[in-house]
Amino acid sequence: MTSSNDWPLYEVFIRARGGLDHKHVGSIHATDERMALEHARDVYTRRQEGVSIWVVRSSAIVASDPSDAEAFFEPARDKVYRHPTFYDIPDEVKTL
Amino acid sequence: MSAAGIDDPHGAYVLRLADSNLVLAQRLGEWIGHAPALEEDLGLANTALDLLGQARLLLTHAGDLEGRGRDEDALAFLREERDYRNVALVEQPNGDFGDTIVRQFLYDAWQVELYGRLGASRDRQLAAIADKALKESNYHLRFSAGWVVRLGDGTPESHERVQGSLDRLWPWTVELCEPDDIDHAMLAAGVGVDLAAVRAGWDRRVDRTLSEATLVRPADHPWRWFGKRGQHGEHLGRLLAEMQSLHRAHPGAQW
Repeated sequence: MTSSNDWPLYEVFIRARGGLDHKHVGSIHATDERMALEHARDVYTRRQEGVSIWVVRSSAIVASDPSDAEAFFEPARDKVYRHPTFYDIPDEVKTL
Repeated sequence: MSAAGIDDPHGAYVLRLADSNLVLAQRLGEWIGHAPALEEDLGLANTALDLLGQARLLLTHAGDLEGRGRDEDALAFLREERDYRNVALVEQPNGDFGDTIVRQFLYDAWQVELYGRLGASRDRQLAAIADKALKESNYHLRFSAGWVVRLGDGTPESHERVQGSLDRLWPWTVELCEPDDIDHAMLAAGVGVDLAAVRAGWDRRVDRTLSEATLVRPADHPWRWFGKRGQHGEHLGRLLAEMQSLHRAHPGAQW
């Protein structure tokens, strides 16, 4: 018998409520897109965790390579001037 | 306290709906830990819990209508097999995953048609339960119909096996839409639904999905079997024995 481990892997993203971003919550196996959405619903929204689901084939995600981490991320370390911390923020602005 | 069924037609009508959900919930619960994938395990368990929730509301309402002080537990755990009024389809054994899916699909399509109409019932409590349950049943149908298509229009083996499931289970669908005295009385009272209309809607839903699944609709079976009148096969007794054993060994036990 084939197990679900032979099925393609999908990454699951859930929007907790209107106005928030979809957040990665985990992954599921499914044979097709419809099943992927239903599995995501059945596994990850049983306790009212969300109002919207995205699923995407894990193989469709292009990821950075850990061995590139130095070249990718270290150059940003000493660029403190990129942070918008040199401004006085008016008290009326609440959401920054 | 008597352990009999409910005589009043209104209470009996609600009890039938309750019993079908309760028995199917128990059947689906048997899959927990045994489904072909973790995701399916949870999917079937979710459906089982939805059906159990519906059954609890309906049992409580049936007990209230009866007016003899029986609560949901008394009705679920202290009635004998012959006093159960579930449709016989839901007591059929789980079989393989395809059998379970076909049984679920045939039932879900019926429930969606039924609940959609019960929302207009003169019994406002029943209508409210139906409105809530309809949302759940719409999802159940989406899930089971998706699988019927996937298996029917899948590999030659899955097609052949799920066609076999359909052929075996089909005779049990006759009673779903065949009205008897209680159905007629409740339709006349504005409480129940018109099963002829349910049948037309059920036919459309079933035919559409079977066609998409490249499955052949079996011929209607000449014999009649009415679980909803208390006719049950050999399987229900064992299911109830398991479901009721804890309550009977420890009456009134609480978590």
